Amino acid sequence: MVKRTLEPLLWLLFSAGGVVAALVIPVLLLLFGLAFPLGLSPPSHEHMLAVLGHPLSRVTIFVSCTLLLFHSAHRVRFTLYDALQIKHLHEFVVLLVYGAVLVGTVAAGYLVWQLP
Amino acid sequence: MSEQPTYTPFHPRWYRPRISTWWWLRRWSSLAFILREVSSIFVAWFVFFFLLLVAAVGRGEAAYQEFMGWAANPGIVLVNLVSLLFVVLHAVTWFNLAPQAMVVHMRGKRVPGKLIAASNYGLWVVTSLLVAWIVLAGWR
Repeated sequence: MVKRTLEPLLWLLFSAGGVVAALVIPVLLLLFGLAFPLGLSPPSHEHMLAVLGHPLSRVTIFVSCTLLLFHSAHRVRFTLYDALQIKHLHEFVVLLVYGAVLVGTVAAGYLVWQLP
Repeated sequence: MSEQPTYTPFHPRWYRPRISTWWWLRRWSSLAFILREVSSIFVAWFVFFFLLLVAAVGRGEAAYQEFMGWAANPGIVLVNLVSLLFVVLHAVTWFNLAPQAMVVHMRGKRVPGKLIAASNYGLWVVTSLLVAWIVLAGWR
């Protein structure tokens, strides 16, 4: 019998997260990380609440954060194996990175849900 | 090749030379590979930063202003600048690899890789403009 593993699913989530990261992180970091802190006048609180609180935004933010976290976790995991050659710590690494994904996903879900 | 190859039937242990932990510093191509992989840490930082923003917006006007003040700290701006550079590295390498990942056929012919990469870059521009429009003015 063929041994079934989760690996194909994890690679799928990695790819989906990679697309989200490439498409939306640069513009958001440029705006919220650099432009607004360095002087461009930021959107009003009312506007931010309207944008983030829209049902479509809540779902998009939650799904995107989850995919981004999976992408990041998967890549960190294989970088630890390849660069630092700590494949023997496999169980510990898996627990650490996917544990972080779980915590982040729950946090993202709570945060978009509690928006007024 | 007339003679039969000889096989050793049992290998209790292969000889494997020890590879340095810093093997990826030796060649530019390995270093570029590891730098690309390191972008994942900055993706995680972005999720953290963005969720802090969502939390602040949820807590009200004062918390939002406080978050914006915190984000203007030189240290945070520096972290975000470095993150931006790493995520752009991720995006460029990702889109350049897209032709290898997506094999598209149209009318029995394979769509050239350059066209697939170009359409990905186009999508990047459109998405960025759309996000910027929503944040800056769109739903006002």
